[in-house]
Amino acid sequence: MGESAELTEREQKLQGLGTAMLRREDARFIRGQGTYIDDIKLPGMLFGAIVRSPYAHARITAINKAKALAAPGVVAVLTAEDLKPVKLHWMPTAGGDVQAVLADEKVCFQYQEVAMVLASDRYAAYDGAALVEVEYQELPAVTEPKQALSPDAPVIREDIADRKEVGHGPRTHPNHIFTWEAGNKAAADAAFAGAAVTVREEILNPRVHPCPLETCGCVASFNKATGYLTVYVTSQIPHLFRTVLAMLSGIAESKIRVVGGDIGGGFGNKVPIYPGYVVATVASIVTGVPVKWIESRIDNLSTTGFARDYHCVGELAADRDGRIKGLRFTALADHGAFNSHVSASKLPAGLFSICTGSYAIPNAYCRVDAVYTNKAPGGVAYRCSLRVTEAVYLIERMMDVLAQKLGVDKAEIRRRNFVKPEQFPYTTALGWTLDSGAYHAALEKVLKAVDYEGLRREQAAKRADPNCPTLMGIGISTFTEIVGAGPTKVCDILGIGLFDSCDIRVHPTGAVIARLGTMSQGQGHTTTYAQIIATELGLPASDIVIEEGDTDKAPYGAGTWGSRSTPVAGAAAAQAARKIRDKARKIAAHLLEVGDNDLEWEIDRFKVKGNPSQSKTMKEICLVAHTGNIPPGMEQGLNAVSYYDPPNLTYPFGAYLCVVDIDRFTGETKVRRFYALDDCGTRINPMVIEGQIHGGLTEAFAVAMGQQLPFDENGNHLGNSLLDYFVPTAVETPRWETDHTVTPCPHHPIGAKGVAESPHVGGIPCFSNAVIDAFAHLGVTHMDMPHSAWRVWQKCQALGVNKRAGS
Amino acid sequence: MIPPSFEYYAPRSIGEALSLLTKLGGESKLLAGGHSLLPMMKLRFAQPTHLIDLNRIPDLRGIRDEGAELVIGAMTTEAELIGSSVIRNKVPLLAEGASSIADPQVRYRGTIGGDISHGDPGNDQPALMLALDASFVLTGPKGQRTVKADGYFLGLYETQLAADEILTEIRVPIPAAGSGWSYQKLKRKTGDFATAATAVLLQMKGGKVARVAIALTNAGSTALRARAAEAALTGKPLDEANLSEAARLAMSICNPTPDQRGDVAYKTAMCGEMTRRALQAAAARAKG
Amino acid sequence: MAKTHAVSFKLNGKPVAVEVEARELLVYTLREKLAHTGPHIGCETSHCGACTVDCNGMSVKSCTVLTVQCEGAEVLTVEGLERGGALHALQQAFHEQHGLQCGYCTPGMLMRAYRLLQENPNPSEQVIRSGMAGNLCRCTGYQNIVKAVQAAARKLAAAPAAA
Repeated sequence: MGESAELTEREQKLQGLGTAMLRREDARFIRGQGTYIDDIKLPGMLFGAIVRSPYAHARITAINKAKALAAPGVVAVLTAEDLKPVKLHWMPTAGGDVQAVLADEKVCFQYQEVAMVLASDRYAAYDGAALVEVEYQELPAVTEPKQALSPDAPVIREDIADRKEVGHGPRTHPNHIFTWEAGNKAAADAAFAGAAVTVREEILNPRVHPCPLETCGCVASFNKATGYLTVYVTSQIPHLFRTVLAMLSGIAESKIRVVGGDIGGGFGNKVPIYPGYVVATVASIVTGVPVKWIESRIDNLSTTGFARDYHCVGELAADRDGRIKGLRFTALADHGAFNSHVSASKLPAGLFSICTGSYAIPNAYCRVDAVYTNKAPGGVAYRCSLRVTEAVYLIERMMDVLAQKLGVDKAEIRRRNFVKPEQFPYTTALGWTLDSGAYHAALEKVLKAVDYEGLRREQAAKRADPNCPTLMGIGISTFTEIVGAGPTKVCDILGIGLFDSCDIRVHPTGAVIARLGTMSQGQGHTTTYAQIIATELGLPASDIVIEEGDTDKAPYGAGTWGSRSTPVAGAAAAQAARKIRDKARKIAAHLLEVGDNDLEWEIDRFKVKGNPSQSKTMKEICLVAHTGNIPPGMEQGLNAVSYYDPPNLTYPFGAYLCVVDIDRFTGETKVRRFYALDDCGTRINPMVIEGQIHGGLTEAFAVAMGQQLPFDENGNHLGNSLLDYFVPTAVETPRWETDHTVTPCPHHPIGAKGVAESPHVGGIPCFSNAVIDAFAHLGVTHMDMPHSAWRVWQKCQALGVNKRAGS
Repeated sequence: MIPPSFEYYAPRSIGEALSLLTKLGGESKLLAGGHSLLPMMKLRFAQPTHLIDLNRIPDLRGIRDEGAELVIGAMTTEAELIGSSVIRNKVPLLAEGASSIADPQVRYRGTIGGDISHGDPGNDQPALMLALDASFVLTGPKGQRTVKADGYFLGLYETQLAADEILTEIRVPIPAAGSGWSYQKLKRKTGDFATAATAVLLQMKGGKVARVAIALTNAGSTALRARAAEAALTGKPLDEANLSEAARLAMSICNPTPDQRGDVAYKTAMCGEMTRRALQAAAARAKG
Repeated sequence: MAKTHAVSFKLNGKPVAVEVEARELLVYTLREKLAHTGPHIGCETSHCGACTVDCNGMSVKSCTVLTVQCEGAEVLTVEGLERGGALHALQQAFHEQHGLQCGYCTPGMLMRAYRLLQENPNPSEQVIRSGMAGNLCRCTGYQNIVKAVQAAARKLAAAPAAA
């Protein structure tokens, strides 16, 4: 009894894996002492304000800087002409394209960067920017991706007119970027030809924006005396940023330091390298003083990494029982004016081929055709790994479409098609090997928790009642997503593999510092990585300091996006810690005068097998490791660095269920209940996980129910401020119910998969399925997002469900 | 992000404010709560040369009960309206309407006078004022005049307020005891301007509508009084047929501007729906 | 050289004096002249609330107030919540209830919650949600923020001296 209590006490002292440890990062944030980019102030710092194009497509015929240069406080006005001598008016993108840094002779999207005004303070910079005179000759704009490929479409990218390829395969039209395929089209076609039932649906994933609360910005500081460049920046990928800067600037990478400090949310929006960063850096190199650039919210929504804009066709072929035999998913992808979205170089459409989802589908084919339009560049972003939201949305919608066609219950259709537990690891028809899963159990747990049968009975009763003022819908999403990019043989950006790293140093008094190649923007890494290492090393998490983001100190990594921190850097942390523990074992054996194999590890110490009173705690070993009392031939210290190249991505999964009640007369949707069960394998900190689920579901709710970036036919933004862009408040946001199962990842050192994006990826189709299910009895098979009250009302109006008796 | 430069004045009396207004003329703007004007200046959509801040004038604040009317200083904030027990007790429609405006921080600064004077059909106070049959005291260099709310709103950003006048007081007749009231506002999210909103003040007698005022927000270039709907309801019970007719008549005067909240068809239909719901809610509160 | 105004006010209980152009927004004065970078900027259309401070006993968006309007005002920012090394009940509650992730909305949330609890010391969940509707968050989904405000309300009710 006493022994067990003692073990528990020692375990609790560590606050390791599985503990709801309160967060270390909170201390500065609750005091308003975070260091976000706009908090940084350096001596002599200039402020840069960008002049932007009012037109979506136009030639620049003249730029007149005179009035701006004469304004008080203005130091310089940079245009493409000023960047030409250093060949930085264009920059290469991760997608094999080039992107204008400052518009060179033409602009290709509204708000595109044309000039940067440098001034002594931000007030003077904005005044100066208002005085730059730019003359444009407007051109017809292409705003619809289908329109982009028509024979007489205006050519957007005259600068690459003779390029036969942009990142992937032959271009068939001046506005075509690439066509990418996966799977076996012939086999899929054969499956469709022979199928008892086929369904087809055109499904839009509209253009939306991650809209982190903090916009993007940087402070670039070049020291002319030392030739050393420091860039503080809102970047989720500090090391890759540094490498790109070295390539662009010609400055040795060892003389460049990139610092990601506190970042106010990223969600993928802070992965791309924006023209503002490059111009600010050039400006600093030229002037020799620090230059700060901070974008406005309208700039952010209008020009930085948007997400989705996938115009899809989903097709499933099944037998009479609804067992899927074939899948054909295609997408027309609107990438905007430059192919600058961040994706792995061999995966131009990201991980879209995860679109077979949680299901054992024997034949599958998918294709993505990417095109240019006169809109802001991007596409991959928003809490989703690479194009995984697009893929999961499509399969989860099509499961409901198939269910409706067959008259099969929407939970049942999923059961019939799930990959079974005994089939794992399961290689899909599109080539991904799902590591582990227990899909049936997850779904059953959710259905039981919400009394699914009861909900369907209630729905039937409400449908039969002509006086019921609401339409009730039940949405299900049983998603598998793919995160943790990724194995270097498959995943690289500009050739650099997407491994990650952890460098651990243990001090003589048992305190630890660990540095990693990832970059938190609120995910709680300071806490969760410490917990992993605490369990591995048997030292309290409270004594483990975690550092990220300073490229001078942290080992090389690919940053934080696509839920990759836990799967990749978390693995590196465990591996590095194990190297240290292995060395500590040898020291312990030496001290206890036994063989290495005579020791067993228990929580925080090594004990001699069969003689447990003989033990050495890790804390004691930390000190000894710095003395001469170590095995002969061994070097002092307890340090290790691990670079982890994952053998596979990871596949977190979940089962979500949503109940909605739609007001037939206004189109407003009230989310009555949302039950989210997530399985991310080993759970490092349940409190942090729950917070991530709440946040991801809220962003999913926003996407499904109201977010969009609409344009008119001239490429003008129609809703690019927070007046219109739907960011829900505490009033609209539903209450979330969370649950979990644990199916560890077999190939990860601690069995963890990553979780923060699952609620977004799995949540969006769940809301959408719920809204559409509310109309299913009236023959509705699909409705595009966003399911705003207006758009839902239009469906009510078309179906005549908003008529009142006696009126 | 950054407004252009301007000259700033903080007069301490209405007289001082009026002198400034006359002296500085058309290049000047009055600053009330600032939550319509300052955002426009930050985006450089408005670029006044002079800003006359009304926040330091004590005579523009305060709520007086004059028996038949409440007299509200134009610089009374929405938060003060909501927090005022005399308003909550005697003109609860005003407290309910004010609660639907923007968010708590904006309501601490936004004023009833500013919301009325801006001339934005999306603002909520104009329809509330129409439904309450309020009057506005306009003070100019030559003295004061009182103008009824009905007829005050002329068009987009256009009211009867002359360039050299300041709206100083709002006079609200206190509704009869037993009145029913409701402000139903449909919006994309809390804090948004109305997709459609209707203010109703009514009295019931013997199960029939004795008197009713119906006013619409954001259904045209100004707030609108739905007089035909009112006439059709007077003396009638609020049954389904009459509700529908009232809604239809309210819709018939709508001319909403399509935007991201909705097209003409949706906004018009929602005007009808909010009118219906406001009438039902008001009737439920009415005694008589 | 643009015309400036001398403005004096109290910031977290201490008198301060600044010279500002009329157009200078309170948020920039606090952040850049007075080194109080707690209030943050998340938009330019007065929607997000990240800049919320407490001014003369009211929650205001400091991005929509001119510094010249603050002559003689009492301004409280997040930096002023901690007194004598002791965290305010709200700060402690946000930490314990995991009511923050990236921390960017947190100063504004704390300052709004501070005033909310003065307005209503025992708010229901609904009152908290509508009372905080002027503060946007992208990370937390608000659920733990609500819990934090409720926890702080309970603690303050039990020991009013902590307010």
